Amino acid sequence: MDISQIIFLIVAAVTIISAALVVTSRHLVHAALWLIVTLFSVAVLFVLLEAGFLAVVQVVLYIGAIAVLILIAMMLTRKAMSDEPAQANSQWQISLVVAAAAFIGLAGLLNANAWPGLTTVDLSGSLTQLGMALVRPDEFVLPFEVASVLLIIALVGAIAVAGEKK
Amino acid sequence: MVPLSWYLILAAALFCIGLYGVLARRNAIAVLMGVELMMNAVIINLVAFWRYIQPTLINGQVFAVVVFAVAAAEASVGLALIISIYRRRNSVVAEDMNLLKW
Repeated sequence: MDISQIIFLIVAAVTIISAALVVTSRHLVHAALWLIVTLFSVAVLFVLLEAGFLAVVQVVLYIGAIAVLILIAMMLTRKAMSDEPAQANSQWQISLVVAAAAFIGLAGLLNANAWPGLTTVDLSGSLTQLGMALVRPDEFVLPFEVASVLLIIALVGAIAVAGEKK
Repeated sequence: MVPLSWYLILAAALFCIGLYGVLARRNAIAVLMGVELMMNAVIINLVAFWRYIQPTLINGQVFAVVVFAVAAAEASVGLALIISIYRRRNSVVAEDMNLLKW
């Protein structure tokens, strides 16, 4: 077992434990803070996979924007759930069985396959390559623009839905 | 060297934990947090496949960027809907949102 495997196992343990706390924590603000831990360890996984730009995007976008948005929404709706006794609904046992069965099935399927090993490649130019691929007409400029239009529509829609009506 | 299957199994575990959160949580914001966990599992899969199968092509990372954009759109619209429902019905419990159910 070499050093990269040890680092991976530590990061994976942090990811799984904090993710489990996200879905089981009784206090919702604690759950949101554990969500930040999960997202951060996923960013560490991106660094291990040599995708540095995606690690930065993960921290800036997921932790900086989405997690903070969730915390703010929680503060705006705080009164609603604070005196509730149960955070899980009546079907939580069957949900646990479904999730465990899905994991066992997926893990068996993934283990049965022979995957290619890691090849050492020079990835120093991959950020330039990514930037060019997003704006080149013969590559991904259309999906990129569609994604930006989707974001604008989502923001306008969010303001229209959540805005105060007179 | 970490085998590809470790990343895939970790992503599967994260996805299933998120699935449990979506199915079992009563608070709609907590349901949305489960969806975020599932999205992250998908992105781990995309990046791992990019690194192990075709690291010279950048397509895997481009897909991951698009999934990031979709996740941001989903979170903003979802939270706006929850805040709007909270204003009208004073509740964020997913079971109470049954206006369209018959």
